[in-house]
Amino acid sequence: MTKVAFDKKTGMTKKQARIRQETKRILNRFSKKGGNLIPILQKVQGKLGYLPREAMLEIAEFLHMPDIDVYGVVTFYNQFRLNPPGRHSIRVCLGTACHMKGGYITLDAWKRRLEIDRGQTSPDWEFDLDTVACVGCCVMAPVTVVDNKPQGYVAPTKVDGILLSFKLQKEKAGKESQ
Amino acid sequence: MKVARLPSIALAFQQIKSQAESHWREFQDGGKPVIMVGAATCGRAAGASEVFRAIKGELKKQKLDSSLFKVGCMGHCYAEPIVTVIKPGYPPICYGHVNPVIAERLIREFILGDDPCADFVLGALEENDLVPSFSDFPRAKYEKKVMLKNCGFIDPEQIEHYIANGGYAALAKALQMSPEEIIDDVKRSGLRGRGGAGFPTGQKWEICRNAQGKPKYVICNGDEGDPGAFMDRAILESDPHSVLEGMIIAGYTIGARYGYIYIRAEYPLAVRRVQVALRQVRKQNLIGKNILGSDFNFDIKLFQSSGAFVCGEETALIASLEGKTGLPGHRPPYPAVSGLYGKPTLINNVKTLASVPHIIDHGAEWFANTGTDESKGTAVFTLAGKVVNTGLTEVPMGTTLRQVIFDVGSGIPEGKRFKAVQIGGPSGGCLPESALDLPIDFDSLTKAGAMMGSGGMIVLDEDDCMVEIARYFLEFTQKESCGKCTFCRLGTKQMLEVLDEITRGEGKIEDLDMLNQLAEDIKSGSLCGLGKTAPNPVLTTLHFFRDEYEAHIKEGRCPALMCRELIAYYILPEKCERSCDACVGTCTVEAISTNKKRIKVIDQEKCVKCGTCLGACPPQYNAVVKLSPPGQVPTS
Repeated sequence: MTKVAFDKKTGMTKKQARIRQETKRILNRFSKKGGNLIPILQKVQGKLGYLPREAMLEIAEFLHMPDIDVYGVVTFYNQFRLNPPGRHSIRVCLGTACHMKGGYITLDAWKRRLEIDRGQTSPDWEFDLDTVACVGCCVMAPVTVVDNKPQGYVAPTKVDGILLSFKLQKEKAGKESQ
Repeated sequence: MKVARLPSIALAFQQIKSQAESHWREFQDGGKPVIMVGAATCGRAAGASEVFRAIKGELKKQKLDSSLFKVGCMGHCYAEPIVTVIKPGYPPICYGHVNPVIAERLIREFILGDDPCADFVLGALEENDLVPSFSDFPRAKYEKKVMLKNCGFIDPEQIEHYIANGGYAALAKALQMSPEEIIDDVKRSGLRGRGGAGFPTGQKWEICRNAQGKPKYVICNGDEGDPGAFMDRAILESDPHSVLEGMIIAGYTIGARYGYIYIRAEYPLAVRRVQVALRQVRKQNLIGKNILGSDFNFDIKLFQSSGAFVCGEETALIASLEGKTGLPGHRPPYPAVSGLYGKPTLINNVKTLASVPHIIDHGAEWFANTGTDESKGTAVFTLAGKVVNTGLTEVPMGTTLRQVIFDVGSGIPEGKRFKAVQIGGPSGGCLPESALDLPIDFDSLTKAGAMMGSGGMIVLDEDDCMVEIARYFLEFTQKESCGKCTFCRLGTKQMLEVLDEITRGEGKIEDLDMLNQLAEDIKSGSLCGLGKTAPNPVLTTLHFFRDEYEAHIKEGRCPALMCRELIAYYILPEKCERSCDACVGTCTVEAISTNKKRIKVIDQEKCVKCGTCLGACPPQYNAVVKLSPPGQVPTS
């Protein structure tokens, strides 16, 4: 088991303390208006990659809001995530055009290869898989947004191709670092 | 006092305009070639950034001086990446499907040499004797660009381009008019809300102007949540200033102090371009205090929505701006009377606001000349799905669906047969061939059971299952239902379960009546537009394509061969060319093997029905087929 270091003064782990600190730094830039909640959440998620419990608590305290209201907003909107992302983000578009051209088949292919369901991150933290309602690239359906870049015509064979290119990149990086 | 101040607005604007014009002339008429790369999201996804880099590199290598910049989307998304080259002495020419290699050739052979590379030409912007022009396209007869006028022809990140092409002149003019005159103009133009509902814009502005309470707000609704629609994205990415100008005019008219532009976070490029545009207008004093020297103060803030379809509904949108969960509220009171923080709030769609400067500029009559009696002006549509020319188009109201799909969109690819057009997204419906001659306006489509919505059109062909598309939309609305109204929350869930059963071949014939009943209940028992329209896709498909539902239920057969539970892939032994391994190699789950006679066989247990083998089998053999019901596969 890994040893978790607690700070004696605050009772928090180092990670929790770091999250609180990062969140505070972002909060400094905002006024304490309720209308700022969503922009704050967006900035914090942009920095941390997700919205951990400590960050939400910190935000609730700052805006003088019940914790549950912050949690309610976070879970209401599709954009916010509660678990950390992987190194690469895979977003399968399930807009109408993508669906009719086989987006659900593409999603299946990602699930099969990564062995995770939508909304999950692979155990090695390499990939996280999710869907998106429509990125407006209907012309190149089915689309998968890989690391924020929309890729067109992603059929199951292209899924394998994309994964292979990541694998090769990683191997290359591994060799160079040796 | 007031009269004395008026010339100063014109003067202040004239100064900005002449600066912009000299900037624009500098590279348009400077004698050097102009190269424009289409770099909206559609272009980028197709590789526009690589093309841009290649051109830049080649220009440097050849030591050529030319104006290279990125523009927005011209609407010909099927041909992205698009590059437009304006070389002195030649007509402006657009090239389609450009890749870095073609891009470098264009520089070497056209810019450096004198060969306009006719092989890659999409069309010239002017008629000429050299290459075919866009005006020869069948779509040219139907298209009329008002809101999309600048899209693809100016750099959206340079305000000078917009101003030099007539931008912000309407604002300067409006600031010299009284708000009542503007409202009168907008009313006479017959402009109706482009978000889908079609409420008369002038009337909304008047209500909001007369409402008590301060400060007042203007919100631009860019929460384009309909899957399969991207009109607002294209306008915000390609011509953000037209929307801002409309917003400022609206703000002046109703007496607002603040404006919010509300854009989906899924549109990062649109967000960035609007941010840039906002910085520029602030610098030019087109927003802020004493705009153009008048006593009008107005500020615009950008708000990124967080991905909830229901937030396209105005009361839910306001809730999310206030930092709450996006639950819709009761109307009345309407936001025009009591909206953001309880103050009068004007909410208009991106396209509505983008139309406003044109009305002020050219006059109400000019705008009202286009369109039908009840629906004036033009409508922007996106064409996607099974259509040759996918992309964006703008046509006068009253154009028929057939003209849009077959003349503008050039019909169905691969010689397939048209089956239906899905219009209006999850709130709209599927219209069959018999409805194709309907003129498109706000009222005709509603009568047919669909709705114009914001303008997304998905064309469906014979390979698309109508039960499946109804199920798809219901899955979407069920997931996006905010949960406030019982009928919407639970009713959509029940309908979805019934549809799931039907697509799996487990439906009962009584289910169809139940679907109808549930649909009516959800419509009457829901507060907001989401619930009121969510059953439309099911109702229209049930009405026009009942036979498909019955085939699923009675025969366990999917006529379009789409529902995966009801089909099987099979390799016809007599057609299989035994020495070819294409299907075996591409199968993603290794379900295909070779039998003793070297014929390929699919293991039905392992097959995940992804269709890769069907695409891989060379067309001269065409041995892979889909069978429905799956029981048709012979057991050997």
